Formats: sequence, structure tokens, C-alpha cells
Amino acid sequence: MNRVLILIPTLLGLVTFLFILIRLIPGDPARVLAGLMASEEDVELIREQLGLNKPLYVQYFTYMANLFTFNLGVSARTDSPVLYEVMARLPNTLALALSSTALAVALGVPLGVFAASRKSSRLDTLVSTFSIVGISLPTYWLGLIMITIFAVELHLLPAGGYGTPAHFILPTVTIALFLTAFIVKITKASVIDSMEKEYVVTARSKGLTERVILYKHVLRNALIPVITIIGLQFGSLLGGAVITETIYAWPGLGRLIIDAINNRDYPMVQGSIFIFALLYALVNLITDLIYTIVDPRVRLG
Amino acid sequence: MIPLIRELARSKMVLASMLILLSFIFMALFADFIAPYSPIESDLSISNKPPSWEHPFGTDELGRDILSRVIHGAKLTLTISFAATAIGALVGIVVGVLSGFYGRAVDTITQRFTDVLLALPGFLLAVMFVAIMGNNIATVITSVALSLVPSYVRMSRGLTLQVKELEYVLAARQLGVNSIKIMTRHIIPNISPTLIAQITLNLGTAILFASGLGFLGIGVPPPEPEWGTMLGTGRTYMFYAPHLIIFPGLAVFLVVFSFNKIGDRIGEIIASK
Repeated sequence: MNRVLILIPTLLGLVTFLFILIRLIPGDPARVLAGLMASEEDVELIREQLGLNKPLYVQYFTYMANLFTFNLGVSARTDSPVLYEVMARLPNTLALALSSTALAVALGVPLGVFAASRKSSRLDTLVSTFSIVGISLPTYWLGLIMITIFAVELHLLPAGGYGTPAHFILPTVTIALFLTAFIVKITKASVIDSMEKEYVVTARSKGLTERVILYKHVLRNALIPVITIIGLQFGSLLGGAVITETIYAWPGLGRLIIDAINNRDYPMVQGSIFIFALLYALVNLITDLIYTIVDPRVRLG
Repeated sequence: MIPLIRELARSKMVLASMLILLSFIFMALFADFIAPYSPIESDLSISNKPPSWEHPFGTDELGRDILSRVIHGAKLTLTISFAATAIGALVGIVVGVLSGFYGRAVDTITQRFTDVLLALPGFLLAVMFVAIMGNNIATVITSVALSLVPSYVRMSRGLTLQVKELEYVLAARQLGVNSIKIMTRHIIPNISPTLIAQITLNLGTAILFASGLGFLGIGVPPPEPEWGTMLGTGRTYMFYAPHLIIFPGLAVFLVVFSFNKIGDRIGEIIASK
């Protein structure tokens, strides 16, 4: 419960930080929105609509009060409610994050366990090298290269867009590679760490085979930190969506934020980042909850 | 320092990574002498030409030599990476150590501020900052530094809490040694090995973040030859001129890989001691 309560000041802090930053922008946002050809009356009208003519503290409290009722304002470009636009995009971002996490877990956990059980073998070195390569590859570069190979040269997959299952393949693989590399690294470290624990020594002295020890005793314990890392990474993945969705013209939240930034649509920037933070907090909270379920030793304070 | 480098050089991969980094640092320092052409001056008559003897990496959409741009880009990338990591680490460590050392109100306040910075994934925080403050080299450095700060605060605070209870630190406090002296003489040297591994890994992360911003068109603005910005603009022409995106991306990968490999190994060496 404490964790939930602490979220409120944190999110309010973030929104305040955003509010201050946006007010620091040089230039008149109303004039920017109206465009170069706008008349003085048009600019005044926009100022009126957005409440930019009111004193700062009034703007701040109005914005905060609206937040509590989930009224995030309207887009300065399209006049549609920010919340509506964000919610329309949200499922697409989540779908991509889920598909890539699923792929990464399916590949990364077995590879990590495998590398740990054959520590210092040639295959272990190969897996470790793969994991450092995976973490170091810039996603935007990998994405562009995959588009060049699979869409432009081989005509196997769509270069971007959304709709069919085929559209999922390239973006999913792009995101999953980084995540797989990360999971391999964590899983390996965690399994090796657990292998040195006392209960393993006990199990060995009982004459259990290494196989039984690994699958029955070690994995259960070793995978607990892995779950936390996957949860935390799922959150960062949402941040990386900004890039992946740009590469593949994916109509998600990340793309929405970048478009809003390029259009100087500040209500949209503010609103979508707020929802993003809310989502991120929720993911971290769920991770904590899962952690307490799989590991009864930990109880939330 | 020297024993550490010697130990690092024992692995072939790590040695290769160190050589890669040294050559990029060399490129950055002597870009003006090494680069065969100007990184900025354009010649539209030779735009988007594939690699050739005159232009080993080809030319870009404005006819600029990509090799020369990649070489000059090393200067930008490494400057941003070192500056952002240094600022992020310095601010984070100072705040973290103070917070861990003094506890109470200092701790509560700094932790709530850190919570706010952690309310968004690091990269998104950087995106938000440049989007609002405008994009130039200074704001890119600041935004990347800002996104690195919270992890240093958390890490150095945690380490300080452990070290603070060590006997000789307790003894020093009992003897009334001044707090600043305890922090600079005892706590920071004690926690620095762990932080060094983190800093090395972050040098790579900083490059991924900065060039990611460049790719999105909100990083170091053109015509500066920042690798991410080159990828972002080259993307428009990649269907018929793929060399525009291959080389800058390869440069990012090589540098980031080297930092990660070295940082990883430093972590292993420290853990084994």
C-alpha cells in the first residue's frame, strides 16, 4: 500500500517538472501553434483557448485539478482529447512490448541457464559474446539493417506499418534481441551464484545428480532476480518504443510522443508523458507484486 | 590503475576493445589531419555515391565524404559520452553519498527527487528534456547526464550505507574527524571500484542515448556529423544508398561494444576480489 501512496507525490513531481520545463521554452507557444501566416487575432484566440493568458499559478492549478479527473486537455493540433488519442495508441505499444518480452524470455532464460551449466566452455564464451553484442547494437541501426535485408532486398516482410501478424516480426525481433542479450547475462550470473549456495552443497552430498540439482533446486531460486529484471526491463522497453515505433512507423505511444514533439503540440507531450509515467509505475508495481508471490521471504514494507 | 589495465589486457577481446577505443580517441583528437575531406562542405554533383577509391565509405545526400564525417563524428560522440557520464556520475555520486551519510531529512528529500527522475525510463527522460529545452550539444549532454543521475544516486547511497558502518569509519566518526574528510578520504575511495565498472558501462549507454536522440532528429542538429543524426537523415535514402546508414551505425556499435566489454570485465575482476 505504501508503494501505491508514494506514487502520487512522485507523479505530481514529474508533472510539475514538466510544467516548469514547458514554460521555460523561449518564444510564445500560441504564436508557434498558430503558424507563420496567422493574424494577431488568431494568436490571441489560441492563447485564450489554451489559457495561456492567465497567470502561471492559475495555469498550474487548473492543469493539476484537471489531471485528477483524467482531463488531459485537447491536442493543440487536432483538437481531439489527449486521453482519447493516447488510449487509442496504447494497446499497440503494449502488444509490441509483450510480444518482444515473450520472445526474449523464451530465448534468453534457456540460453542463460545453458551457459551457466557449461561455464567456461566454448559455447559459454559464444553466448557471452552474443549477449555483449546484443546489448551494444543500437536498435535503430539494427532495425534499419533488418528492413534493408528482409523488406527491401528479400521482399519477405513489410518494412513498416501495422495490421497483420507479419508486421509484428521485424519490430519484435529488433526489440527482443537487446532484451534477450540482457536476460541471458542476468540469468547466467544468477544461476552461477545459486550454484554456490549451501543447499546445493547439501544436495550434492546427498548424491543427487547435477541435472536434478540444476532443474529442481537451483532454477527455482535463480529465476527470482530474473523476474525482477524482466519487469524493470519491460518498463524501459516502453521508453525504447520511441525509437522502434519511429523506425517501423508503428502507431503507438512512442510515435505519438515524437510526433507531438515535432509538432510542438505541448498538451499532447504533457499528457502522453503523464500516461507513460503512470504505465511505467504500474509495471514496476506489478513486478514487485510478482516478486513477493514467487519469493515469500520478501514482504512489501 | 596500471595493474588493472594489465589484468584487462589478458583477455584478447578486452585487448581488442581497448585498441578500438584508442583508435577512435586518436581519430577524435586528430580528425583535422586524418579526414581526407571536410565533414561539412557539400558537393551536390556527387551526392549519394556508393563507396569508391576516392570515397571509401561513399558520399551522403549532400555529396559529403562519409568517411570524413565518421572521423569527425568521433570527436562529437566521445565528447558527449565523456561529458555526460562525468556530469551524471559526479552529481549522482555527490548526492548519493551525502544522502547515505547524513540520512534523515537530507535522505528523504534527495530520494523523493530521485523518484521523480525515475518516474520515466531514462531514455524518455532525455527525450523529454531535449524536446523542451531545444537540441544542441549542450542540451544533449545535459539530458543524457540527467538520465544517468538517478542510478548513481541509488548506487552510491546504497554503498555508502554499507561502508558507513565499517569499523574504521565508525572509529573516525567517534574521534570527531570532520564529515567532509570522512566522505572524501574513507567513503568515496571505498566505494569507487564498484562505481568505476558502472561508469565504464555508462560511457556506452551515453552514446546509445545521445545517438538515439540524433536518430529521432532531436539530438545534435545537422550539419554536425553526429553518428545518430547521420543515421536519422540517411534513413530517407537508405533504400537506394544503404552505405549512408551502414558506416555511422557500425561506428556507434564498435565504440559501445568496446565500453561494454571493458566495463563487464572490470566488474568481473572487482567481483572476484
